[in-house]
Amino acid sequence: MLRLEKRPNPSVFWLWATPVLAVALTMVVGGLLFAALGSNPVTVIRTIFWDPLFGANAGYFRAQLLIKAAPLILIAIGLAMGFRAGIWNIGAEGQYIIGAVVGASVGLAVYPTENRLIFPAMVLAGAFGGWAWAMIPAILKTRFNTNEILVSLMLVYVAEAILAKAALGFLRNPEGMGFPGSRNFSSYPAARNFDLIERTGLHWGGVTALAVAVAAYVLLTRHGIGFQIRLAGQAPRAARFHGVSPTRLVVFCLGLTGALAGMAGLFEATGPGGQITENFASGYGFTAIIVAFLGRLNPLGIVLAGFMMALTYVGGSLAESTMNLPAASIQVFQGMLLFFLLGVDVLTNYRVRRPSGAAKGAEA
Amino acid sequence: MKRRTLLASVAIGLGLALGPAAMAQDSGAGLEKVKACFIYVGPIGDGGWTFQHHQGALALKEEFGDRVEIAWQESVPEGADAERSITQFALQGCNIIFTTSFGFMDPTNTVAAQFPDVKFEHATGYKREHPNVSTYDARFYEGRAVMGTIAGHMTKSGKIGYIGSYPIPEVIQGINSSFLHARKVNPEVTLSVVWAYTWFDPAKEADAAKALIDQGVDVILQHTDSTAPLAEAAKTPGVIGFGQASDMAAYKPAPRVSSIIDNWAPYYIKRVGALLDGSYEQSAAWEGIAGGEVEIGEITEAVPPEVKAAAEKVRDDIAAGTYHPFTGPLNKQDGTPWLAEGETADDGTLAGMNFYVEGITGEIPKQ
Repeated sequence: MLRLEKRPNPSVFWLWATPVLAVALTMVVGGLLFAALGSNPVTVIRTIFWDPLFGANAGYFRAQLLIKAAPLILIAIGLAMGFRAGIWNIGAEGQYIIGAVVGASVGLAVYPTENRLIFPAMVLAGAFGGWAWAMIPAILKTRFNTNEILVSLMLVYVAEAILAKAALGFLRNPEGMGFPGSRNFSSYPAARNFDLIERTGLHWGGVTALAVAVAAYVLLTRHGIGFQIRLAGQAPRAARFHGVSPTRLVVFCLGLTGALAGMAGLFEATGPGGQITENFASGYGFTAIIVAFLGRLNPLGIVLAGFMMALTYVGGSLAESTMNLPAASIQVFQGMLLFFLLGVDVLTNYRVRRPSGAAKGAEA
Repeated sequence: MKRRTLLASVAIGLGLALGPAAMAQDSGAGLEKVKACFIYVGPIGDGGWTFQHHQGALALKEEFGDRVEIAWQESVPEGADAERSITQFALQGCNIIFTTSFGFMDPTNTVAAQFPDVKFEHATGYKREHPNVSTYDARFYEGRAVMGTIAGHMTKSGKIGYIGSYPIPEVIQGINSSFLHARKVNPEVTLSVVWAYTWFDPAKEADAAKALIDQGVDVILQHTDSTAPLAEAAKTPGVIGFGQASDMAAYKPAPRVSSIIDNWAPYYIKRVGALLDGSYEQSAAWEGIAGGEVEIGEITEAVPPEVKAAAEKVRDDIAAGTYHPFTGPLNKQDGTPWLAEGETADDGTLAGMNFYVEGITGEIPKQ
């Protein structure tokens, strides 16, 4: 029998090897799944992981990777800060939605004015919207000691109801013949989140995501609040003795995630999404949780993880359309990734030991 | 911004310059072989809306054999991802792409601008911003007239319920048509509408059905795609419902007493056939019972013969063109006149319908 023995310190090697191992295991088991569905597993895996990068029309798909990864990275970095400090914001999806609605409202309120300042104002409004939505669980936690996991998660459903109201009511396109959905930002240049370089998929969201990743890395490694975050997560008691204020930390981490998620929502609504519709949110807020853990809660790791996750989406969708695979099979495939990551993560904190002999075992 | 516009116009210019030359052989003689691709909003096994579109796609294969290749992607979200899925098909060499949900309207038009040689067909929308975008829809309200007639005759409590998906014109047409025809045969009828805000969500649809049954409703009409409302109706004796989009024959003879079946096969065969023989043109199709797009599923023995006969008469009159479900005199909900005696609704008003007819209580969600 194998035996698990706790390591005195988490293994640095396994910390970075487990995501790779998890991806490899997902490929193998996912391959079996696709084979069971009657597709050639090698072709499917190649279509998911290779074709978007180097196959036919790779130029288009690389741009799509960037589009898909940007919001994931932006949200996951905020989440990772909180997760490191032991603050569990599960409601980034709601913060993303409210950010998009608030930011879009600002832009649509001044339609069709053309002014250079409109888009920046919308981004700020988006960040504010997300921040404000995240302050609800933050204040409830610091004042009444409620559980931020439950509160932030439940607020996602409230946000979805507000989104439906927006799409069908106060943001509805007055020229849309009664159909739901806001005006399309593609016909409103001042509020449009254009590709900065034509056809690369690099819009302001992508630039912001990369900038935020670098800033977060510096913050965590070089700045006082970064030290507090790490300390609070690893040794809460020590953190208190060191003068870390849990209230400040909760407000900071939830507020940061909210603001980043809100911005991501705004970038998405004015860019790739194009308009506010009742189902414009694509679950980025939830997927970002996987990205945060896949990236080991490290800002630079999250950038890689964001692209990896984007690849499973873009490649998965490509595999669906070229091989007529059921959509659910790709979702199962993505779920496996998190499952294996959590599963093999045991190697980071534990060592696998084989008892050296039967005799010894008997003595013990 | 300027540069972008310039680039776009250059691209369009190039397309125009190259297009006719490249298309000369095509449009005259038609295509040798057509790859027809489908973007679905739900899973092909939803037993309703998407299932029927997929049946239409498979019918293409049957009709044209090797001259047609089909591809599809299911459960495509109606958001930013839709544009990628549509582009993917355009890049893969599809000649014609059917996007089969209202929410795909803007992405379809956006992608169509970039692929002038590919034909795009969007179901249930109204935007045709480029010459290669056509739209198609079916006059479901004609089928609702038949269901409404049955509902009016069958209800004992005098309360019928309607599970709405989204408050868009297509759904409002259905609500109005059902109500008018139920009232026609039973002046006591009242109608309750529950909005589910989804096209396909069995759990939400079951909740909506349950809420209606709790209010004393004994006939449920649904504009959502799953069989969940019928499953819910089956739990309470005396409650009936109708198959939506698909026949939903598993719930025969009751609670499913009849159904509105979307039959997209004739339209798909017509459009792909036109591409093959070179007669393809941009169009905005809106066919109903007469064109075969809307079928009425078998009316079961749970319905008395005279009710069945009345319902079939409505169906046959609509098919023959002698009766329009929206024939005056009709007032709007607020009492203002809409249609004068003998006047029928024009398609423009129907396509943008955003009001209830007189007698329906409750409001269309707005604010």
